[in-house]
Amino acid sequence: MEFLVASAVGTMTAGGVYLLLRLRTFPVILGLALLSYAVNVFLFSSGRLAIDMSPILSKYGEASYTDPLPQALVLTAIVISFGMTAVLVMISLGAFLEADSDKIDIDETDANEDVAK
Amino acid sequence: MSHWIILPVVLPAMLAPIIGFVMRYDIVLARVTSTVGTVLLLAISLGLVMMAADGTTHIYRLGDWPAPFGIVLVLDRLSALMVLLTSALALMVLLHAMASGWDNRGRHFHALFQFQLMGICGAFLTGDVFNLFVFFEILLIASYGLMIHSGGRDRMRAGLQYVVMNLAGSTLFLFALGTLYASTGTLNIADLAAKIPLIPAEEAGLVRVAAMLLMIVFAVKAALFPVQFWLPATYSNAPAPVAALFAIMTKVGAYAILRVHTVVFGPGVAGTDGMIDAWLFPAAIVTIALGAFGVLGAKRLMPLISFSVVGSMGTLLVAVAVFSPVATTAALYYMVHSTFAAACLFLIADLVVSRRDGDALTAAHPTVQNGLFAAIFFAAAIAMAGMPPLSGFLGKLLVLDALREPGLMGWAWTAILAGSLLTIVGFARAGSTLFWKSTAIPVLAPEETADDADGSDDTPPPNRATPAEVAPVMLTLAALVGLAVFAGPVASYLEQTSTQLFDRAGYISAVLAPGEET
Repeated sequence: MEFLVASAVGTMTAGGVYLLLRLRTFPVILGLALLSYAVNVFLFSSGRLAIDMSPILSKYGEASYTDPLPQALVLTAIVISFGMTAVLVMISLGAFLEADSDKIDIDETDANEDVAK
Repeated sequence: MSHWIILPVVLPAMLAPIIGFVMRYDIVLARVTSTVGTVLLLAISLGLVMMAADGTTHIYRLGDWPAPFGIVLVLDRLSALMVLLTSALALMVLLHAMASGWDNRGRHFHALFQFQLMGICGAFLTGDVFNLFVFFEILLIASYGLMIHSGGRDRMRAGLQYVVMNLAGSTLFLFALGTLYASTGTLNIADLAAKIPLIPAEEAGLVRVAAMLLMIVFAVKAALFPVQFWLPATYSNAPAPVAALFAIMTKVGAYAILRVHTVVFGPGVAGTDGMIDAWLFPAAIVTIALGAFGVLGAKRLMPLISFSVVGSMGTLLVAVAVFSPVATTAALYYMVHSTFAAACLFLIADLVVSRRDGDALTAAHPTVQNGLFAAIFFAAAIAMAGMPPLSGFLGKLLVLDALREPGLMGWAWTAILAGSLLTIVGFARAGSTLFWKSTAIPVLAPEETADDADGSDDTPPPNRATPAEVAPVMLTLAALVGLAVFAGPVASYLEQTSTQLFDRAGYISAVLAPGEET
């Protein structure tokens, strides 16, 4: 269980970092999405992995429970990263339409043209 | 428990949606509301500074949950000072944006502006690291909107880079928080500060990882080497008033380093002792050098100012990296100064660039008010470079004075002094090209001169800066002068501030002690 979750987080992070370093916008967006999945799973497991336990204290006896805080944290993180990905998609679309190119870095020649202008 | 503490967050949070939804087609109404809101924010933050001046740490428990379980806002001298700085800067920037018409070149400037203020004030006030993350996201998402305000090809592309950079930073932030929670079981700053010193050094591996990750995240915000590269492209392509407002955003990073790495991973904590300053100090030195060389090598005005911001962040973080009360006092003074200096430079640059053809550092027709602009630019450059009459000199002097330890002095003094020299040279070159060499080019085209000979030259030049446009720049300059004139009282307030910041036991007991302060 621990190994599975850990390797999943590791694989997603590695893939995310690789895609993040690509030159074009679309892989970079995918990379950030992968990274945010990785961090969500990571946050979820930061309260220790537990199976079949509710995050609620039971009034009736000794029922064990799992830490509810990471679940609250991960919910916040999911909402934020989802919203941010949407914003990123819109901004990159805007940049693509303005510049006719989906390269993520700013061309040196472009900058020089501006200076010459 | 005073409800005033949460108002700097609630007020912009209420105004922003109202401006966004109700006043979206009425720019006059939006301007009035936004100005009134910012003035109110300034008044509230003045009140908060008064409240915090007695030296107690005020707590606001959201939902009245006791501290480690609920989220708390903490008002001490440092956060009150930062909120005041934010609101004062915001008012100046807002006045400039309205006078120069920037706010009308795209939609939702005022709504985003208020959301930005909400995020910044919240980040300064919160006493919980996860809440800090949330406020970071709020201020970032507003800044994305402001950054690409009014569009344009280069701005959109620079904005895209900025967003990607900060999203990657946010992910790192979450990894750091997860690690921190897994190893301590809490995210409240005071509770962390109480628990982390109890972890023995040999078991503190995860805590060290979390501390380093957090420092990288804050370094991204503070534009520290090696993660400073987003700043010049972003600031030089952002609309100028937005770039001036962003002068406080780098300070959010510096504030977070000060708060978290002093209170939580502070000096004397077994697990992380000596680790943070060992990395922060050299990185800050390199940042100073990068900023100075960038200023010297810049071909355009906006990147030049952006690099001078990088250099000033380096100077600031060199002082922060010592983690001693004296150096922190110097750092705080320099932080207040460099915020206004950077804002002043961006605002005057906007006045100049909008009257020229682009911001390339080449001689062109002088602007109508060449003398006035040159004088303001000269004053602002003096402030940024740290020459005597203005507060930059005092700030750098305080920083140098605080860095007298034998191991640090050689590096820090060389970097700061040589960096200042290069900055002066860079600014002198830029100023003389922009304002001086331009006067050699005749002002009027021949046919206009012919018209003048007829005596029909009564029509004023169309692009003359109105007093309303010059006033905000003058306000930032006045802030710099005031900071220099009242350096004594300000420094003594800041001294108490840093004493309070390093009083970790006082902070912990104020936040965690149940309900004695009502």
